[in-house]
Amino acid sequence: MRSLIDILDFSVEELQELIDTANDIIAHPEKYSERCRGKKLATLFFEPSTRTRLSFEAAMYELGGNVIGFSEARSSSAAKGESVADTARVISCYADIIAMRHPKEGAPLVAAMNASIPVINAGDGGHNHPTQTLADLLTIYREKGRFEHLTVGFCGDLKFGRTVHSLICALSRYEDIRVVLISPEELKLPSYVKKDVLAANHIPYVQTTDLESVMPDLDILYMTRVQRERFFNEEDYLRLKDSYILTPERLWNAKADLSILHPLPRVNEISVAIDDDPRACYFKQVLYGKYMRMALILKLLQEAGRL
Amino acid sequence: MNIDSIQNGIVIDHITAGQGMRLYELLGLEKLECSVAIIKNVVSRKLGKKDIIKIDSGIHVDFDVIGYVDPGATVNIIREGRLIEKRTIDMPETLTNVIFCKNPRCITSTEQELKHVVKLTDRRNKVYRCLYCETKAN
Repeated sequence: MRSLIDILDFSVEELQELIDTANDIIAHPEKYSERCRGKKLATLFFEPSTRTRLSFEAAMYELGGNVIGFSEARSSSAAKGESVADTARVISCYADIIAMRHPKEGAPLVAAMNASIPVINAGDGGHNHPTQTLADLLTIYREKGRFEHLTVGFCGDLKFGRTVHSLICALSRYEDIRVVLISPEELKLPSYVKKDVLAANHIPYVQTTDLESVMPDLDILYMTRVQRERFFNEEDYLRLKDSYILTPERLWNAKADLSILHPLPRVNEISVAIDDDPRACYFKQVLYGKYMRMALILKLLQEAGRL
Repeated sequence: MNIDSIQNGIVIDHITAGQGMRLYELLGLEKLECSVAIIKNVVSRKLGKKDIIKIDSGIHVDFDVIGYVDPGATVNIIREGRLIEKRTIDMPETLTNVIFCKNPRCITSTEQELKHVVKLTDRRNKVYRCLYCETKAN
């Protein structure tokens, strides 16, 4: 059974197929409005994530399908001690496809190993969040028209930022990508990502703490939030949370066609004064996330023979 | 130093010096009733120094564990005092319930029934990672 647990589960060609479908949905939404009639998406959210859950639900409703599920572990059988494997087997009897969010890393893989329907990883702790990467990829493609020959800056929490790791993995498969890593010392990209992804794929990269000095080089600036929930120590969080705040003044030397992305929610790392700048793409990114989830649901249901 | 040759059993040879004890532990050899010898720092023409384990019993040994710890090791099967089989050991693609994931955020930390599986992700550098959370196994 085909599932999406890690962005690398899909080839470059398959990602392009999803992007083409998403673009077609954007151009001709009426063609898709009944495609999932009678089908059910189960959103199994063992930790709250309103935006991701609503994006999945909106995606399924726009395909004409229905949604069942829960939005926190307290209201699920996990509270009674049921295993992820058993939950996956049970839900397979009720739904056609699962979107699972879980605080423990690897939980969606366990679900996929036991379910008889496709499983989509909607985020597992600090590990993977492949549908966010799908949103990021469609945004880059619609803004730039390509994935090749780009200088991509990642700024903020590069240590715990799983969306950063996933997007770097995804981009590492394209030609002539250059990566710029901007973070405080304590939140630098883990060495295994630098070694296993960047170095292994011969992707040139630079590390810096100074955003201003590298700004003129960037085609894409991917901002991230310093996430309170990833810290064991509140003091460390408070010390690092305001490391980078993007303001209109800080864009003085940026390219005119820079694209600013952010997986959202933001706290204060992007000033609201930037929201009206044409280079701000983060709200479009949210919308594109829904279209990519629609394309993904269609692909997985088709491959499972359920459409 | 003399260790008696064995009649029926297994000799794990060409173990990288220093890895013999780890192999002894991961193979669970401390549970055996038979004679088991760990010989450390034996002079070797090929390796300079090596460890050897001799097990005086025809027990089943998990070759995958040997391949995980030390893929250069060889296993000699002895029957009635004669060498009947000599195996070289390759790295296994996966290993189950031998190495336990230590990542407190991994799903294996809360679901006790789940098998602990590590998979080979980098053959050249002998890197294994947890199947679920991809944390590097030691």
